[in-house]
Amino acid sequence: MQLMEGEREEILACVKEVLGENSKTNENLIPILQQVQAKLGYLPALAMEKIAEGLDAPAADVYGIATFYNQFRLNPPGKHEVRVCLGTACYMAGGNITLESFERRMEIKEGETTPDRHYSLDRVACVGCCSLAPVVVVDEEVEGKATPTRVDGIMLALEEDRENTGKQESEEGEKSGQN
Amino acid sequence: MKKVGKTDPQKLYEDIREQAREWSQSRQEKPRVLVGTATCGLAAGALQVKEDFMREIEAKGLDAEVIEVGCIGHCYAEPLAIIAKPGFPPVCYGYLDEGLVHRLVEDFLAGDDPSYEYAMAALERNDEFPTFEDFPRGVYEEKLILEHCGHIDFGKIESYISRDGYSALAKALSGDPGRVLEEVKAANLRGRGGAGFPAGKKWESCLENGEAEKYIICNADEGDPGAFMDRSVLESDPHLVLEGMILCAYAVGARQGYLYIRAEYPRAVKHVREALEQAREKGFLGNSILGTDFSFDLEIFQGSGAFICGEATALVNSMEGKMGMPESRPPRLVQEGFRGKPTVLNNVKTFAYVPLIINRGADWFKETGTAESPGTAVFSLVGKVNNTGLVEVPMGTTLRQLIEEVGDGLPNGRQFKAVQIGGPSGGCLPESSLDVPIDFDSLHEAGAIMGSGGLVVMDQDDCMVAVARYFLEFTQHESCGKCTFCRLGTKHMLDILTGITRGEGDAETLELLKELGEDVRDGSLCNLGRTAPNPVLTTLRYFYDEYKAHIEEGRCPALVCRDLILYYIKPSKCSKLCNVCVGSCPTEAIYTRDDGLKAIDQDKCVKCDNCRKACPTEYDAVIRLSPPVLPAEKERKAK
Ligand SMILES: Cc1cc2nc3c(=O)[nH]c(=O)nc-3n(C[C@H](O)[C@H](O)[C@H](O)COP(=O)(O)O)c2cc1C
Ligand code: SF4
Ligand code: SF4
Ligand code: FES
Ligand code: FES
Repeated sequence: MQLMEGEREEILACVKEVLGENSKTNENLIPILQQVQAKLGYLPALAMEKIAEGLDAPAADVYGIATFYNQFRLNPPGKHEVRVCLGTACYMAGGNITLESFERRMEIKEGETTPDRHYSLDRVACVGCCSLAPVVVVDEEVEGKATPTRVDGIMLALEEDRENTGKQESEEGEKSGQN
Repeated sequence: MKKVGKTDPQKLYEDIREQAREWSQSRQEKPRVLVGTATCGLAAGALQVKEDFMREIEAKGLDAEVIEVGCIGHCYAEPLAIIAKPGFPPVCYGYLDEGLVHRLVEDFLAGDDPSYEYAMAALERNDEFPTFEDFPRGVYEEKLILEHCGHIDFGKIESYISRDGYSALAKALSGDPGRVLEEVKAANLRGRGGAGFPAGKKWESCLENGEAEKYIICNADEGDPGAFMDRSVLESDPHLVLEGMILCAYAVGARQGYLYIRAEYPRAVKHVREALEQAREKGFLGNSILGTDFSFDLEIFQGSGAFICGEATALVNSMEGKMGMPESRPPRLVQEGFRGKPTVLNNVKTFAYVPLIINRGADWFKETGTAESPGTAVFSLVGKVNNTGLVEVPMGTTLRQLIEEVGDGLPNGRQFKAVQIGGPSGGCLPESSLDVPIDFDSLHEAGAIMGSGGLVVMDQDDCMVAVARYFLEFTQHESCGKCTFCRLGTKHMLDILTGITRGEGDAETLELLKELGEDVRDGSLCNLGRTAPNPVLTTLRYFYDEYKAHIEEGRCPALVCRDLILYYIKPSKCSKLCNVCVGSCPTEAIYTRDDGLKAIDQDKCVKCDNCRKACPTEYDAVIRLSPPVLPAEKERKAK
């Protein structure tokens, strides 16, 4: 995914900061990746490159670790992060149908982010409230009994926000155009 | 005796406990509202309930405290709260909402009416209202490690200490480390991470190793996609696990330990982090614990979400910053573990039993459970069962008792079909296996495993082929790729299963599937591969006919496999006065026929089930047909 304006500088500064806070041993690779992801929301290729340089390790190793573990995401998170639970209880209650409904509405697949970075869609395993299956986590809020009809409701609220953001941006654009 | 100078750990501890008890008593003088804010409580709106309580209490100018507690165990009735008011037994309420909170504050906290009509149960014996023990669930349940879950304030170490928390540590420190080991061995405590290996034996091998540097690790990776017991224990009663780990460290002579907690469990990480700080402050962790010359400290390592990292050797590899791949054993971890040093790795629950065993003795522990599997089993009970939640029953309880009594059976007359135990490494057992007692060995014989403690009840609407495919897809995805059988064998099996859910295959396919399963089981290095075929092999063994229906008739009896069903609106049931389903369909597949009834354009239908859910119950006109063949007459009329 393309970097946004100013993102490159942000990534470089973040990696530098995290590397400064940790001793540069391989044992710290996973904690370093976790800290960078916590700050940036994901692990851009550029960050992995710089971490590898910092630890004096082959970039392929860092990339290998990042792809091996499910926690690391290589796509930027959307403004709204939707995670669909596909743990056992949720799957049995139709979680995959819920996931598909989101895929259809967002026009992306599981694991992807929309080009405008408004949405990202992921799957998770058991969120710990199986009694409410199927469960989705929208940003940090857990929503129970998320059948496809509920998906429509959730999307309605999120879409409204998208339109508003879109408007604001174009207004801002107009304003700056005037100057 | 491990004493330094004049300080006696027992004496020091008693002073600390005295203070904690004073704190706790002064707290108990006021009414308290304990709101369950474990993950499922949060999802059901516990924080809102907490706010409602605080607002109502303030509005009435009452002097009452609202405290967050962990998992109370009755998830089906979330949000839950316990009200403890001096002069009354503590009472638990479920299904809380704003109205009920208002009422409880007004009638019970401000007035003196506990509103028993809304109560679930009392928590102490009394003359007025039954306790949880008086219900069938309470008769079968026996809470050892969950005893304090949902009752103590996880954020305050005093809450734990005032209930004799850390007294096992004080007791142990007053004696020889060998006594701890002897007690754990005598108790025959078996590891709760799945395999049931005796903890005492493991500790002893580590001790005997003789190296000065040793490590203790708590496995809180909990990778089973349908289980949440370990997290609940860590979130609700973190000190119990810490105390168990410190006792283990004392027994084997370790100075440093780690809790390997998955990063997806931020609340567990937070609670444990706070607990560690408080334990250090009180002198239960760190240098010279309780004034003795025993020093030990603990750190958190956040796992990164790979199922395989729950496996002992893979876990250690990932802690060392490597790819989480298993190693062939020997050497075992107790010989060469973390950083090449002898290491004891145990599950969260295994450690949680240790303080109880040290306090009350091995004989007490063995009174519960069976001879070969003493103690209790903890499950997250989910699926088609009334009382979902976290349950703890003595080993030896039968599956039937667990489902019918503790779980209160299946909802509104649903028909039991199978129970899945042990997650991706476990199996599906049918009705005929329900009298199998729950213990490590009996479950293994029946083809399932004790495993991680996920227990999913399934009914006639659950397809066994789809379930087997679900778990295999999970393990296939999580296979670390080291063993050819595990990597390619599971892939091949998954392809076959996917085919079966589409109606492809014949009798030979099923035979091949079974053989592949056996090959993967026998040819893989670690237990991920060795147990991955279990869900497939058990369903083949117990639900062969269901597989056959898929491939011979192109029919999914549970109406789940989407390539084998179609959605159809029964003209005889559909109403002309209704068009609810039309708007519910995301692909505009539903149209109105010439006669005003609705019908589905099969080319557009994505089988999302929306219309079936939307159709009002008085009509129930949308049905699924399998095999996917339209009744002849309808199509003609349609276009
Ligand atoms: C694929 C795989 C995943 C595992 N996941 C876990 C886990 O999440 N938690 C756990 O305690 N043990 C897990 N185990 C078992 C551990 O390897 C190990 O046996 C256990 O942590 C030892 O602790 P115990 O003796 O107290 O059970 C897993 C094993 C395998 C093969
Ligand atoms: S199952 Fe879904 S896609 Fe098919 S007709 Fe019903 S609502 Fe439409
Ligand atoms: S919702 Fe049911 S009754 Fe109503 S139009 Fe659709 S199929 Fe007919
Ligand atoms: S399986 Fe989804 S919350 Fe447990
Ligand atoms: S009662 Fe809901 S998490 Fe246990």
